[in-house]
Amino acid sequence: MQLRLEKRPEPSKVLRVVTPIGAVLLTMVLGAIIFTALGYDGVGAVREIFVSPLVNSYKWQDLAVKAAPLIIIAVGLAISYRANVWNIGAEGQYIVGAIAGTGIGILTNDMTGWWIMPAMMIAGAAGGAAYAAVPAFLKVRFSVNEILTTLMLSYASVYLLNYLLAGPYKSPTSMGQPQTALFSADQSLPYLIPGTIVQLNVPIAIVVALAVWLLFSRFVFGFQIRVVGAAPHAARYGGFSANRTVWMAMLISGGLAGFAGILEAMGPVGRLILQFPANYGFTAIIVAFLGRLHPLGAILAGIMIAITAVGGEMAQIGIKLPFAAVGIFQAMMLFLILASDVLVRYRVKAVRPGEVAA
Amino acid sequence: MNAELVIAIIVSIAAAATPILLAALGELVVEKSGVLNLGVEGMMLIGAVITVAVTLTTGNHLLAIVCAALAASLSSLIFGFLTLTLSANQVATGLALTILGTGFSALFGQPYTVKSVPIIRSPFPPELAADPIWRVIFGHPPLVYFALLMVVAVWWFLNRTRAGLIVRAVGENDLSAHSIGYPVIGVRYLAVMFGGAMAGIAGACFPLMLTPQWVERLTTGRGWIALALVVFAAWRPFRLLAGAYFFGFMMIFEIYAKSNSAFRVLPSEFWAALPYLATVLVLVLISLRREGRTSAPACLGKPFVATG
Repeated sequence: MQLRLEKRPEPSKVLRVVTPIGAVLLTMVLGAIIFTALGYDGVGAVREIFVSPLVNSYKWQDLAVKAAPLIIIAVGLAISYRANVWNIGAEGQYIVGAIAGTGIGILTNDMTGWWIMPAMMIAGAAGGAAYAAVPAFLKVRFSVNEILTTLMLSYASVYLLNYLLAGPYKSPTSMGQPQTALFSADQSLPYLIPGTIVQLNVPIAIVVALAVWLLFSRFVFGFQIRVVGAAPHAARYGGFSANRTVWMAMLISGGLAGFAGILEAMGPVGRLILQFPANYGFTAIIVAFLGRLHPLGAILAGIMIAITAVGGEMAQIGIKLPFAAVGIFQAMMLFLILASDVLVRYRVKAVRPGEVAA
Repeated sequence: MNAELVIAIIVSIAAAATPILLAALGELVVEKSGVLNLGVEGMMLIGAVITVAVTLTTGNHLLAIVCAALAASLSSLIFGFLTLTLSANQVATGLALTILGTGFSALFGQPYTVKSVPIIRSPFPPELAADPIWRVIFGHPPLVYFALLMVVAVWWFLNRTRAGLIVRAVGENDLSAHSIGYPVIGVRYLAVMFGGAMAGIAGACFPLMLTPQWVERLTTGRGWIALALVVFAAWRPFRLLAGAYFFGFMMIFEIYAKSNSAFRVLPSEFWAALPYLATVLVLVLISLRREGRTSAPACLGKPFVATG
């Protein structure tokens, strides 16, 4: 008996939705087995990482705070990947967005006014988009591979942050600490529910995902991006410009990553510090795929990955599981979701040896 | 600047270039077969952590390097199964492999953190390298010579053997290669495993030659530079050699620039970011030449599903 793949005429809609759930469940089962084999408490690890954050209601606000930047970045990446533009440097665009927005923040630190917060947010998105414009330009003008340039620039952005915090951005009252001044009340995101850590960035993340979803299902540009990604030749006949798609995909994904960066600085962190880069830009790649490159999927996937991150912190304290274990669980989820893609696109048929497949 | 210092710099450039060269040689063969594996960084980390573990437990360097190659090659099989057997997206699967390697190495390496690893020395008797001039030839750790040998071996394999011809055929036109009867998927599996083994040995270079201990993310993005180098070299082994030593020079230059007052005009962070910025610049320069664009294997990154 042999297994054989047969292409479906149309990718299965049902399986597209069901397989991510299956991937998560299978990750839990395989994870328990693998971590037990590695000499850890496998079942305990899965319980802490996947279940504990959900059953402890006081952890829900942590989930919301961790999911918000992941969702915003992943929505942008989903658009980019659908267009076959591989922006994997969202981490850098996130950092540069925060740097640009904080620049406005430093200039307006002593001022008051309702306009300061939107100005910082716009600067953040613009900063992220500008940093993504470099690989976009290099790809369009010199056909330089964007995978490598976006990634190299995200390594470089960490040094830019370190440099600014050591000099131009350093707060005069920080007593030598490499950090900016705390944002003022007019520069900080308001708390949504008093007594919690949930700030305005959480509803913003949901609104971003919904807005992008509406834009993409209703307007020509969304159609264009999907066509260019799925069938570049057909797109060229249809008169869609591949270059314009690269620009749009990079600017949107970079802009959203930068936006997420400044929201994080104005919200949970409250200033720029050396520890600001928290890998959200890379983790959002997993979120984008787990959400099946769909804006609404990104919301659910963002919450799912936030669960593993919060659960990982709990497991670190609770059962002394190293935090790195979370990375393994997340990688397994990504592997399984990619593997399950085959079920969406192909039918698996059992063929007896010797028998000729139709 | 005296001769001693120049020679010390040359020796450290060779050491810095070797892991990039090894990883890039492996990826070159993988890409020649038409597969793009972005998991190099992750496989290098797996190789590095296995090397630390085996060296600290057994003290046997050779065994450590072999285990590193096997472990990384094994991890590349996950990538192979997904992309070749299940025709999953190669870019995303490669990224997943890097995430897995980062997580696995951090977890597995925890008991070995900040324990000093005995470094590997030149295989030649020390009398040969006593004179500074001769040290340029005889004063390197064995992996430096191994990498140089592999440049010749990979060139010879791809250009002078029948098997190499098949690898290139599979990468240039998978459909024709399949219809002549070559096992496209099988060839690609072997190429991916070779790439994994080379990335594992590249990872072994870090604890054995460069920073003799385990810390998380020990390879600091060198795997990605190796990927860029393959493009830079237009998929040619000898140009890869030149490129790797150029990057080795950049990295040593960074250390030198940080400690030398003449370079304080620009902040030290600039010099630290320079290898990454130079990679971008080099990619632009290479694309200005027409051949840089056209020399990529025609089937690179495209999944192959056998029909009939």
